Amino acid sequence: MIVADLKPIREIAESIASFKKVTVIACGGCVSVCLTGGARSAEVLARDLSHPRHYKKRPPTFDTETIQRQCEKDFVAAYLKVPHDTDAILSMACGAGVQTLAETFGELPVIPALNTSFLGSLDEPGIWREKCQGCGNCVLAFTGGICPVTRCAKHLLNGPCGGSSNGKCEISKDVDCAWQLIIDRLKALGRLDDYEKIFPIKDWSSDRGGGPRTMGISRVRDQESPAP
Amino acid sequence: MFFILNKGGFSFFDQREMKMRKTKTPSRLEKVLAAGHLAVTSECGPPRGSDPAVIIKKAEMIKDHVDAINVTDNQTAMTRLCSLASVIHLKAMGLEPVLQMVVRDRNRIALQSDILGAASFDINNILCLSGDHQKFGDCPDAQNVYDIDSMQLIRMARHMRDEGKFVGGDDINRPPRMFVGAAANPFADPFEIRVSRLAKKIEAGAEFIQTQCIYNLDKFELWLKQARERGLHEKAFILAGITPMKSAGMARYMKNRVPGMDVPDELIKRLSSVPPKKQPEEGIHICVETIERLKEVEGVSGFHIMAIEWEERVPEIVERSGLYPRPKTG
Repeated sequence: MIVADLKPIREIAESIASFKKVTVIACGGCVSVCLTGGARSAEVLARDLSHPRHYKKRPPTFDTETIQRQCEKDFVAAYLKVPHDTDAILSMACGAGVQTLAETFGELPVIPALNTSFLGSLDEPGIWREKCQGCGNCVLAFTGGICPVTRCAKHLLNGPCGGSSNGKCEISKDVDCAWQLIIDRLKALGRLDDYEKIFPIKDWSSDRGGGPRTMGISRVRDQESPAP
Repeated sequence: MFFILNKGGFSFFDQREMKMRKTKTPSRLEKVLAAGHLAVTSECGPPRGSDPAVIIKKAEMIKDHVDAINVTDNQTAMTRLCSLASVIHLKAMGLEPVLQMVVRDRNRIALQSDILGAASFDINNILCLSGDHQKFGDCPDAQNVYDIDSMQLIRMARHMRDEGKFVGGDDINRPPRMFVGAAANPFADPFEIRVSRLAKKIEAGAEFIQTQCIYNLDKFELWLKQARERGLHEKAFILAGITPMKSAGMARYMKNRVPGMDVPDELIKRLSSVPPKKQPEEGIHICVETIERLKEVEGVSGFHIMAIEWEERVPEIVERSGLYPRPKTG
């Protein structure tokens, strides 16, 4: 799922200081799992942002709303009610949600309250770790189900580099060496011989370097096998 | 193995069934290795500024005692004068440079372009590396590239030379003629794949290997034994990496702070046991002893002496190790 982190309160306050009425809109989707989620998180943020110490002038007043998925334009347009005197929206969604609100409410400034961090999973209570970069060209079948594109700091497809030490990455003792994990996993699968296969230069055209990516439902349908 | 008396010292002649091999490039380093000599390479780090005199001065110190000089590519991710311009300065001095290229900062377009740029000056050696993560350098906020990895750079450089083609498939007019090298770290983890990784680099096209600094000789010899069992020492020339320690403090720093470095406690103890003023001399002694021991090990084709900001001591190390004079090649 998409993991996001709340921006520093001071940064958010600075970005909304010039408005009188701000509507804080929470998202009930992915980011609600790694934050406290839904209406409650919007209320807590609105309360924190109401404190006059963050502002040189009078603080804005706040309203709160929640929508299940801020990244679906039709859903947002049909169900999201923004009070008529709102002069800015503060979105507690990922970057996709923020942009969907901005497109839907073309005349209102939409400001992000979160930093969208990564695609990850909950590894242990309160700890999410990045697992996927959405490169559009998945290599997990060859790497024992562990993604070197995401989890190796140099995204080496033929790792590990010389900086792997005691199972940790050279960048931090808190980061696992992805290639140590891959090798351990290949060994457990009885496939360590596969390590010596050289992974060819990767096609990154489906990654962000190829420009903004689009997926049409028609393509998915085309690929479905016909009914027997 | 036997020695031939030369004026001024003993020169090494290798009788370890190292037959004269056919060369594929105009590289002087390749010629020395193919003739069965123990090669000596060293390295110069470019300056953090645009004064070419810095690299020229370092090269002057070592040029008569080595067969080729590596120039590092923004090592430890500190921004420096580029390795390509630096090797051109060395080439203009009539020296034999090894262009180090890391894949951290350039995509396949820039890497191929720089290989051609180097080839246009007849730079005949390249060392393909991943590069230290930018976190260690002066721009930890930078984006990294890693479009391809070091393994793929080796293969790409060989493809450009042997097939005369770009990675995109088009023909190269006057392809590069580079002797292609790679690094190997026998001390990084997991140890069990370190020989496999060497095999993989050789399979990708590496013709010479320069290793990480060797302090744990037993571990290095175990790695090399496993490499010999697979015949890897006959498929590529392995140059043992040597870095003299200036002090016990440096040894401790290397042990604790430099990723992938294996510095045994006995070595730190030995350096600490002499007064600080004498520690540099002790460091040189250890370095010479290391070379003397590894000279006898089958599969060692030469030495890569990385005297970090201590280039002036390289001639002495080479001479005391019985590796001087260097062979003359055409």
